[in-house]
Amino acid sequence: MNLILKVWRQKGAGSPGRFVSYQATNVSPDMSFLEMLDVVNEGLIARGEAPIAFEHDCREGICGSCGFVINGVPHGPRRGTTVCQLHLRTFEDGDVLTLEPWRARAFPVLKDLVVDRAALDRIIQAGGFISAPTGSAPDANALLIPKDDAERAFDAAACIGCGACVAACPNASAMLFTAAKVSHLGLLPQGQPERWDRARDMVRAMDRELFGSCTNMRECEAACPKEISIAFIARLNRDLVKASFQPRRAAAAAGV
Amino acid sequence: MSTETAVRPREGALDARIPSGPIERMWERHRFEMKLVNPANRRKYTILVVGTGLAGGAGAASLGELGYDVKCFSYHDSPRRAHSIAAQGGINAAKNYRNDGDSVHRLFYDTVKGGDFRAREANVYRLAELSVNIIDQCVAQGVPFAREYGGLLDTRSFGGAQVSRTFYARGQTGQQLLLGAYHALERQIAAGTVRMFPRTEMLDLVVVDGRARGIVTRNLLTGAIEAHAGDAVVLATGGYANVFYLSTNAKASNATAIWRAHKRGALFANPCYTQIHPTCIPVSGEHQSKLTLMSESLRNDGRVWVPRRAGDTRPPGQIPEAERDYYLERKYPTFGNLAPRDIASRAAKEVCDQGRGVGPGGRGVYLDFADEIRRQGEDKIRERYGNLFDMYERITGENAYRVPMRIYPAAHYVMGGLWVDYDLMSTIPGLFVGGEANFSDHGANRLGASALMQGLADGYFILPNTLGDYLARVTPGGDDTRAAAFDAARRQVQDGIKRLLSINGSRSVDSFHRDLGRVMWELCGMARNDAGLRKALVEIPALREDFWKNVRVLESGEELNQSLEKAGRVADFLELGELLALDALQRTESCGAHFREESQTDDGEARRDDERFAYAAAWEHTGNLSQPRLHREPLVFEHVHLATRSYK
Ligand SMILES: Cc1cc2nc3c(=O)[nH]c(=O)nc-3n(C[C@H](O)[C@H](O)[C@H](O)COP(=O)(O)OP(=O)(O)OC[C@H]3O[C@@H](n4cnc5c(N)ncnc54)[C@H](O)[C@@H]3O)c2cc1C
Ligand code: SF4
Ligand code: FES
Repeated sequence: MNLILKVWRQKGAGSPGRFVSYQATNVSPDMSFLEMLDVVNEGLIARGEAPIAFEHDCREGICGSCGFVINGVPHGPRRGTTVCQLHLRTFEDGDVLTLEPWRARAFPVLKDLVVDRAALDRIIQAGGFISAPTGSAPDANALLIPKDDAERAFDAAACIGCGACVAACPNASAMLFTAAKVSHLGLLPQGQPERWDRARDMVRAMDRELFGSCTNMRECEAACPKEISIAFIARLNRDLVKASFQPRRAAAAAGV
Repeated sequence: MSTETAVRPREGALDARIPSGPIERMWERHRFEMKLVNPANRRKYTILVVGTGLAGGAGAASLGELGYDVKCFSYHDSPRRAHSIAAQGGINAAKNYRNDGDSVHRLFYDTVKGGDFRAREANVYRLAELSVNIIDQCVAQGVPFAREYGGLLDTRSFGGAQVSRTFYARGQTGQQLLLGAYHALERQIAAGTVRMFPRTEMLDLVVVDGRARGIVTRNLLTGAIEAHAGDAVVLATGGYANVFYLSTNAKASNATAIWRAHKRGALFANPCYTQIHPTCIPVSGEHQSKLTLMSESLRNDGRVWVPRRAGDTRPPGQIPEAERDYYLERKYPTFGNLAPRDIASRAAKEVCDQGRGVGPGGRGVYLDFADEIRRQGEDKIRERYGNLFDMYERITGENAYRVPMRIYPAAHYVMGGLWVDYDLMSTIPGLFVGGEANFSDHGANRLGASALMQGLADGYFILPNTLGDYLARVTPGGDDTRAAAFDAARRQVQDGIKRLLSINGSRSVDSFHRDLGRVMWELCGMARNDAGLRKALVEIPALREDFWKNVRVLESGEELNQSLEKAGRVADFLELGELLALDALQRTESCGAHFREESQTDDGEARRDDERFAYAAAWEHTGNLSQPRLHREPLVFEHVHLATRSYK
């Protein structure tokens, strides 16, 4: 099959960018989307043109490295699928596809389809953890956790930190990402002592990082390759309300 | 290389510095005998940790917590992206929560035996001992392991084990364990004890006066080449299975850090011990860029078969029971579909070589869930493996609840790596190596769910102790990069980059990597023989020569340049590949994942030669890639008696 790609090319963080058209000729429906880009890049290199920069690593939908927007949709048209797991059989011969990087104030473009997502790490630094110094743990089975709670925590913990939710959000909010982490830890008994500070501090960090606020547009959930539910955002909002009645815990959490 | 910048190991046998006394008390006693660094002084010691996978992430966080000044490096944009994130099946621990006869001693025994008696007993014992603490630590961090309805932790049995000791988090165990380590690391970064350098690739090790004193890095966004000084260096940079090009590893996984340390004097042990995983999605075409693992936990409920008759192209549903060959159950009645990886992989190759393979290209076997779906119901199977079935569907377009999966072996993991002593220190004082990057613990074959265990044991519990003992014996050197060795290393790195950019030949980096992979897979893969290895030893250097004449790397070194990053890594694979073949050639026995066709029993099983080969092969770089020097660490088995591995 053949595809026409209109790809955002931008040499560096400060440089202007523009769309450039490329042909992907004779590609196989069994190829993954990134394998198709590999083929296009081989062609570019053969012609002496700079290959398209895009991030990827595991190509299994788990590391969260990959991600760009295809025809306006983060990670492309298939629900619950990262772009590295998207295969060309999803498209029709002759399709014209526009590829562009995540667009968000908090995610500056570094080159072509590569953006800087370090802001997500900084949200985690603000409290996305349980303070459990190495060696201090009691026996693992000393703590009973109902299966359903563990499962729900897992549903939230499945976030891969790709940033598609931000790219999909008209406000470029990182609320789904933040809610997923707050919920993962807040749904477990181990996460209770730091629960209120965590919610407050992570949301504050999110605001500091120039992410927009959440106005319940629900675009994030639709774009999320791990199908993280926006119910977690509601949960975070409830935690924030409760947190406002809680005294700040002594500055025990490292770094806060 | 001058003696100032590279270390020459002493002649004679390698000293693993195994503590004396009974194995059960060794680690405890050793910790007592260690020197400690006064908490107030820890801040004065800088530790450079390269890698943020399970080993590096857990290590950096724990060292930061202890109060050392830690600088942590990763070529990823975030520590959470390390390849550990992709591990699926689970992590072993000798908790004996099932009352099924498990114990530290049994995990130790299984690991030594599973490694086909090519691992160091003392290290393996300690690993089994620490496995118990790992699960505790991870639960405390909030890792959402699978649970029973009563709220207790669930376990399952995993490739090669008859007890149920594998803890898991759906099919995403590595992800959840890594996130636990990542959270701990981010907590320390916030606390200021760890400084994180993402998108920073280590390109050389700096040795001053015979000790590891720093590294040279490239900033992957700006191209800046920088030197960092420290009192000790930890490499936790993962494995080198991508030497085969197609593997289950993440695309960027590479050997550069350990390879360049090797060229500075660290011995490289058992490079030929490479594990081929039996259950991966088969290659679909020329464009294939990586292979996807289907966790071997699937073998708990799936049955492996091929048609009895060669060339049978009927769809699987139309092949009656009597015309199917459940070859693992037939050949290994005790272990059946749970036979260890090396055995299951070779058996798949064998039936495909006989023309009984299935799917396009005939390189595949069925993994069939029909029986268990009938017995337990589809929901139960979905609950257990849903995400794997989904992944399979995304990649192949097939529904494995209806038709059997097709699987084939793929390069997956490496047992080989930098040689380390009991303290996980390499032959360069001050250079420690953890996780898949070192050679310890798994011998010639790793059991399923044991790499995560090893990475976390190294990172959380071993390195924080042994580094302290080392540091307590040296004076803190501070952030001083003035030594001539730093300049020399920096210049060497710069020259290497300039050279890659100036060739401007006609072939892409990937095309060379593909060619290397083909040679490695054909001649040094699942089965090896003298003639094939000798052929590889001609082809690899020839390919390397061609690379340095014909590779084309566009753009400059002063920007984000993914081709340039790959070029450096492939250049190193082209060197490591040769050492791998040399190591495979000298080891004329078969053991574990290393199968020499010349050394097999009448019924085609691996035949070890303990008389001649009960040693770890540790290679020294001599400056001539084709003539490395071999050092041997003799392996002594006092607790698990040398026996022929049998899974029949
Ligand atoms: C698909 C798959 C499934 C697996 N499933 C299981 C399982 O179920 N159970 C199990 O026990 N094991 C499993 N394994 C094996 C296990 O995941 C790995 O062996 C283990 O995670 C390796 O961890 P690590 O910390 O040693 O290295 P990695 O996680 O590979 O981390 C390497 C780190 O080093 C950094 N790095 C490397 N080189 C450089 C450099 N030059 N400069 C800067 N940074 C560098 C990287 O950025 C990264 O942070 C699986 C492996 C694969 C491929
Ligand atoms: S919530 Fe979903 S879209 Fe957002 S970062 Fe996590 S996985 Fe990606
Ligand atoms: S490359 Fe890892 S999630 Fe896509």
